[in-house]
Amino acid sequence: MTIKTFMLGIAAAVAMAPMASAQRGADGSVSIIYWQAPSILNPFLSGGTKDSESASLVIEPLGRYDEGGNLIPWLAAEIPTVANGGVSADLTSITWKIAPGLVWSDGTAFTANDVKFTADYCMDPEGGCAQLSKFGGVTSVEVVDDLTVKVTFDKPTPFPYGPFVGSESPIIQAAQFANCMGAKAPECTEQNFNPIGTGPFVVDEFRPNDVITMSANPNYRDPAKPAFASLTFKGGGDATAAGRAVMETGEFDYAWNLQLAPDVIAKMEEGGKGTPVAGFGPLVERLMVNFTDPSPSLDADTRSTVKAPHPFLSDINVRKALSMAIDRELLVEIGYGKAGKLTCNVVPAPDIYASSANDSCLAQDIDAANALLDEAGWVMGGDGVRAKDGVRLSILYQTSTNAVRQDFQALIKDWWSQIGVETELRNLDASVFFGGDPGSPDTYQKFYADIEMYANTFNGTDPQSYLGNWRCNNEPRPETQWQGENMPRFCSAEYDALHDELQQTADVNERARIGKALNDILMQNYAMIPLVHRGRLSAHAKSLGGVKLNVWDSELWNAADWYRIK
Amino acid sequence: MTDMTAHDMPEQPPRSQWWDVWDQFKTHKGALMGGGFLIFITLAVVVGPWIWTLDPQKLDIRAKDIRPIYTALWDAGAKVDWGHPLGTDNLGRDTLAKLMAGGKVSMSVGWVAMLLSVVLGTTIGVAAGYFKRLDGVLMRLTDLFLALPLLPLLLVFMLLFRDVLRSAFGPETGIFILIVIAIGITSWMQTARIVRGDILALKEREFVLAARSIGTSPAKMITRHLLPNVMSPIMVSATLGLANAIITESALSFLGLGFPSDFPTWGKLLFDATDRMELYPERVIWPGIAISFTVLSVNYLGDGLRDALDPRIRGR
Repeated sequence: MTIKTFMLGIAAAVAMAPMASAQRGADGSVSIIYWQAPSILNPFLSGGTKDSESASLVIEPLGRYDEGGNLIPWLAAEIPTVANGGVSADLTSITWKIAPGLVWSDGTAFTANDVKFTADYCMDPEGGCAQLSKFGGVTSVEVVDDLTVKVTFDKPTPFPYGPFVGSESPIIQAAQFANCMGAKAPECTEQNFNPIGTGPFVVDEFRPNDVITMSANPNYRDPAKPAFASLTFKGGGDATAAGRAVMETGEFDYAWNLQLAPDVIAKMEEGGKGTPVAGFGPLVERLMVNFTDPSPSLDADTRSTVKAPHPFLSDINVRKALSMAIDRELLVEIGYGKAGKLTCNVVPAPDIYASSANDSCLAQDIDAANALLDEAGWVMGGDGVRAKDGVRLSILYQTSTNAVRQDFQALIKDWWSQIGVETELRNLDASVFFGGDPGSPDTYQKFYADIEMYANTFNGTDPQSYLGNWRCNNEPRPETQWQGENMPRFCSAEYDALHDELQQTADVNERARIGKALNDILMQNYAMIPLVHRGRLSAHAKSLGGVKLNVWDSELWNAADWYRIK
Repeated sequence: MTDMTAHDMPEQPPRSQWWDVWDQFKTHKGALMGGGFLIFITLAVVVGPWIWTLDPQKLDIRAKDIRPIYTALWDAGAKVDWGHPLGTDNLGRDTLAKLMAGGKVSMSVGWVAMLLSVVLGTTIGVAAGYFKRLDGVLMRLTDLFLALPLLPLLLVFMLLFRDVLRSAFGPETGIFILIVIAIGITSWMQTARIVRGDILALKEREFVLAARSIGTSPAKMITRHLLPNVMSPIMVSATLGLANAIITESALSFLGLGFPSDFPTWGKLLFDATDRMELYPERVIWPGIAISFTVLSVNYLGDGLRDALDPRIRGR
């Protein structure tokens, strides 16, 4: 017994040793499963998340977002800002300084020419680059010296972090891709399948739509990383199988994006081999309140347009009472579990944009909601429905067909019945509801209902264009073929003025202040009623350490820091 | 002749032919059981809610995910409650109450749509078979309807008539009418073809010729001589139609079309349960059993009725 303990002690000491000195390739191999299989390792030729995320193990951008949504330098020495002189005062150019001493995995030096080449490669008019929007407004990319690149825009751009930032805009090697410009880009199979990069891993073998085997990059900038000597990236299957492989059977170390009901995830977690982790972007499930009258008795040019205000939802007390009656905690528990958080904001993330001014919505208060409606003159009728001047509080509540959404509808209907609001539920096929066909009465843009529920988000970390959705004249209407993003048909001069100010502000803290104020205007007018801050759920093996789930960038952004827990 | 009649004067009044039908029907065990089950399920959905008074739409989050009481037999730790003998769903709605409420809707959709399709099918079949001039037109119309796909048609229906019916009859009745009509007018064609075929054959028989020779009007001819003779195929297609309508409604609800989400039908219960089929199989099994057994019993009943109603088979 003592000998056994002694031997175990030695074994433990031996096992602990590499961790203490953290050596490249000391932890053997790691395996990752994505239930969508990568088909190419060049994100410029594919819009798929699976492709850009698998490629992020190999090729890297100048700057990227960390798990909190903050910009951090990656291959650059620092993030250029107006304060440090990297962004010009007139906001028309940005100058990136590359960290010195970087080498590609083939040992050659990483220079500004590679950065300029990447821009030329993507902006080639014959190329069909999938990430062209990242280079929107770029007029020129100039090499200043070996480690400095200057990007010039055609107009003042307060948020110039499109090109070379994030996993969708990494730097590729000029020497390798020199003959792959323009129309020839898709023909360069060898380059697209085995790009040379600066990342922690290099590709050994790439089998499209199946499996990628990688090994540690011998020339990686940090000599102690990555901890794994080899990496297997398996693609395909479905979310359930991927979740099982990590949490129940332990065949894989990391599974991406598990869109499953909380009780199903919980059941898998009982397997004991892995842990689900949730990361939160700005995705919010919310109720849209119709400020206009959707009554079918109105003609097509008036129905659900600003010409006819809503008979009772135009009363802020009613909107407020509807929000107060909702128990968001229960909604999170029933619908999303770990992949959901309470929120009272339409912009709940990144952290600097998250307002705390509306947190009173977190607690359900049926009595206060009833009192508010009483005070506003909505009198409870004999049938349990409130009315004022012959207008009954009767709501048509629509959403897309989805089990979780129908559960939400049933719960919310129940709560609203307790404050004297009658609710009729309607669920529509998602392809019709989100289809945007101007001929269909059932689209979310037409909004032929009083309340509708869906989730929305924005790309990147800057909410400027997202907050622009709720400006006056941005509402869907017959004249715009029912296109537009302002579903509540909200309109406020104060809001528009503040948004104009946001467009001309460069300072990050000032932008955050304005962004919060815009969010607060929307929330305090109850133009939208936020329900759940939804997250992305992935799972990793209990023996895999260093995982920081990142929803702003590639989930594998810090794979160099991953290690085996012993 | 008269002698014989006097001699054989019955001691009891003559038996009604319906007794013969019943005697024949009784010999078909499947039909008896099917009929019994149909009566049982009809009573259960009509009278049941008076006895089991829980509201099928009442949410009770604390009592969510309760397993059926029999689960306790093999899993002592299961969350069971005599207050919910068949368990509850993930929002705490009582499964038994939902089954009864759902059955009421499914059965009434089935019956009404079946009646509609039988009336339509018989009328068109008789008219096409009896009146030569209508035959071509009506049969081409039948072909046209046979080619109509139900699902896209229903989507168009929803689009065109939903708001109108909703404002006229309220959301639930409006959708009920819509679904019943949609199923009714897309399922009468088989009946029409069968009836037309039988009428064409009957028309050439001597008794019809005899009836015509004494000047029977077409209306009387149809009601007195033809319809009673095609009763048995109509009965059979009616039972098949009932089964078909229940299945169609279930399929529509399963696809998420049709009734609002808080309005349970058997198909809807199935649809809602598929996500957690593995954890809570009973939520799929019970509505599934209800649909299958009802349809099966109706089919057996139709089989038995066909045998019983056909005088040529009767007694053999």
